[in-house]
Amino acid sequence: MESKPTGNLSIDGIHVDMEHLKKGEVNLGTSIMAALFDGGVILGADSRTTTGSYIANRVTDKLTQVHDTIWCCRSGSAADTQAIADIVHYYLQLYNVQNHEPPTTQVAASIFQELCYSNKDQLSAGMIIAGYDARRKGEVYSIPLGGSLHKQRYAIGGSGSTYIYGYCDANWKENMTEAECIEFVKGALAEAVKWDGSSGGVIRMVVLTERGAERKIFFPDESYKGNGQ
Amino acid sequence: MPSSTSIGTGYDLSNSVFSPDGRNFQVEYATKAVENGGTAIGIRCKDGVVLAVEKLIGSKLLVPGSNKRIASVDNHIGIACSGLVPDARHFTSRARSEASNWRKLYRSPIPISSMADAMGGYAQAYTLYSSVRPFGVTAIIGGMDEAGGPGLWMVEPSGVGWGYFGAATGRGRQAAKAELEKLPLPNITVEEAVKQAARIIYFAHDDNSKDKDFELEMTWVRLEKGSAEELEEGGATKGWGKHEEVPKELVAEAERLAKESMEGGGDEEMEE
Repeated sequence: MESKPTGNLSIDGIHVDMEHLKKGEVNLGTSIMAALFDGGVILGADSRTTTGSYIANRVTDKLTQVHDTIWCCRSGSAADTQAIADIVHYYLQLYNVQNHEPPTTQVAASIFQELCYSNKDQLSAGMIIAGYDARRKGEVYSIPLGGSLHKQRYAIGGSGSTYIYGYCDANWKENMTEAECIEFVKGALAEAVKWDGSSGGVIRMVVLTERGAERKIFFPDESYKGNGQ
Repeated sequence: MPSSTSIGTGYDLSNSVFSPDGRNFQVEYATKAVENGGTAIGIRCKDGVVLAVEKLIGSKLLVPGSNKRIASVDNHIGIACSGLVPDARHFTSRARSEASNWRKLYRSPIPISSMADAMGGYAQAYTLYSSVRPFGVTAIIGGMDEAGGPGLWMVEPSGVGWGYFGAATGRGRQAAKAELEKLPLPNITVEEAVKQAARIIYFAHDDNSKDKDFELEMTWVRLEKGSAEELEEGGATKGWGKHEEVPKELVAEAERLAKESMEGGGDEEMEE
């Protein structure tokens, strides 16, 4: 059986499938990442949401809280990833009251994976989970499209991530300080936003440490050089 | 226990029927069944948990060491039961399902308190319906997890489950409890507890079932040697433990000391 590709085959032979999304579906053509440092973990994301070529939201928040110090970065379909994050948020709240202790990051990642894997045919979701707990400190998990689960020291995702594999490989260091890690994430996302047409807007971050969760924001008109507020 | 006046009133014939003074006799009868079982004890130590049972032997034809009364339900959890053996088998089988389901959903082992909660809930459901009877079993659940360290729980036929430093059930529970209370729990090591557990089981046997044959069955839960997650926090070791039989040499030595203390006569304390 021959399967016919959808979309347009342009004259140079490059096949671009613009039909993979439903008509009008909101996409997070995105740059997201999370990275460990000495004493915690940082999540980062751009803020562009598109429907086709139209920027539906230029200040989107793609960093979503699912427990006190367990957060996720969302890429793919906005609707799918919001629904998944909502369900995981529910499971983790339930876990907390039933077991009289907060869930670990690993427990959260496992629930994300169960949802992403068992519904893989109907979902378009690439997620990065990062969390901090006193016992295990910071942890980063990546769940790409098929629903596999990968524990990593840092993870990048979304369409913009393809441009920064080299940057991250060259600049990643073990046991960075918090300030170093903020510069690492900011530098990587600034490059991703520069090269990826589907990424842009502000750079958002969430810093997870024993202090809890702290948000940061960096603006393009300041060349992302502000203090993050 | 139901007084002689309550027998024949009909309130003890079915589960889920309260007597006028608010008791559930079926649960109390199940507790009676446990009181006739071999003594089972659990000791919570600073570095693990020890479980021990007095396995009463009904026939000399039974193979020594067979028909175990302490079950592993996961790597890090053991359950010692006293009471009706078939009920105990079903109960531990359910505990294994709980452990396995937990691993499937969360990709990590189940904490001891969560296991005790789940099994308490399961036992309680068997007091609610007229089509079932309560478990004729009291289960001592011992294990060691990452967040809480050593954990020891006892679930009764009513479904209540309490956390303990030292737990005892079965025929010799009163004598065993009295001995457990003399120990400086939980500030002893697993090695010390193995000797004390053997002594207490022998002592309880001597007190209650002297005429019957028995075998001592003993397991422990502790971190595996060289375990990467060994941490000291507030005196208690934390990490995922390993539930296994106490090595034969250690049991033999503990039994030798236990017999010695019996011959030494009465209340003499064994010191190490």
